[in-house]
Amino acid sequence: MTDTPARQRPLSPHLTIYRLTWTMAMSVVHRITGCALYFGTLLLAWWLLAAATGAKYFDTANAFFGSWFGQLILLGYTWALVHHMLGGIRHFIWDTGRGFGPERQSLARMTLIGSVSITILLWALALVLRS
Amino acid sequence: MVELTLPKNSRVVEGKTWPKPEGATNIEELRVYRYDPDQDANPRIDTFYVDLDDCGPMVLDALLWIKNNVDSTLTFRRSCREGICGSCSMNIDGTNTLACTCGMDEIKGTVKIYPLPHMAVVKDLVPDLTGFYAQHASIEPWLKTTTPEPSAEWKQSHEDREKLDGLYECILCACCSASCPSYWWNSDRYIGPAALLQAQRWIVDSRDEATGERLDNLEDPFRLYRCHTIMNCANTCPKGLNPAKAIAEIKKKMVTRQL
Repeated sequence: MTDTPARQRPLSPHLTIYRLTWTMAMSVVHRITGCALYFGTLLLAWWLLAAATGAKYFDTANAFFGSWFGQLILLGYTWALVHHMLGGIRHFIWDTGRGFGPERQSLARMTLIGSVSITILLWALALVLRS
Repeated sequence: MVELTLPKNSRVVEGKTWPKPEGATNIEELRVYRYDPDQDANPRIDTFYVDLDDCGPMVLDALLWIKNNVDSTLTFRRSCREGICGSCSMNIDGTNTLACTCGMDEIKGTVKIYPLPHMAVVKDLVPDLTGFYAQHASIEPWLKTTTPEPSAEWKQSHEDREKLDGLYECILCACCSASCPSYWWNSDRYIGPAALLQAQRWIVDSRDEATGERLDNLEDPFRLYRCHTIMNCANTCPKGLNPAKAIAEIKKKMVTRQL
């Protein structure tokens, strides 16, 4: 035994060295989309408030959402919403004790494939309906 | 607490490149995490070259070859060399596994070896598992009964015994807990997949009479519910067990016992 206090033990590397898996990646994306939805929902509330305030203010809000930047945010919001919802369904399946076998990776993959496809479909539908 | 970067004393620096074995034609490169508590220096990554024609096929064989032929100070735990003791768990090629059952031919390119992630390192590839063992002890991994002890053994039907399959085989190597991001950020309060798998092993044991007490012990936002089904535990377990599923069964039991 020595009297001198030992140098504090280092912490072994973690995130930077761990190989990403589908389930791990989708867990991270679920968290990020969940946080993004707070801001997206604030924008939705702002749009509704603008509608309640008056025609002039509503036009301003619509102009913002109609701009390329506003459209980009809306596209991101759509994807985040769909992705978080599909992630929620995946977690619901897991909560019932099912889907823990090798299929867990496909479940995670399907969340991403599904959310991207549904977002494209929704926007294509919206564009068709508008024109 | 979530801390994405390593503390200052833990940042890894480039280490020494050891000479290639002379006359060898079949060479494997290994990059190994080194930390010497007797030197006031940060951890480093050393590069070793192993003569595959003179060495066994497993990663553990390569580590032993290095210890015998290149650097005798290389420190790691090992014992059974057949995947039953759980001593040589470490991070190999980005995934936690046992060095003794991981073949070098399974790895493309350089073999990268680190200690189990997000643990205090004692030396080189040896992490401090004190907290991990304490968590295992906290689930009280022994048979608890209130009825008088039978004169012979506690009997169990074949069907009830089958319920322990996939749970009792755990060797406590800590691969799963050290693979779990929830455990990385909250290992002071979340007891981790290994301890929870063992908790489930006693919860489903037909002979155990403390199920309610065991569930009470786990019903906590951190101890149990920090599991967010990230599934790294199930992906990494070198024994092919599924702690994520065991945890889901405990969560289900928490709900059904209230019905």
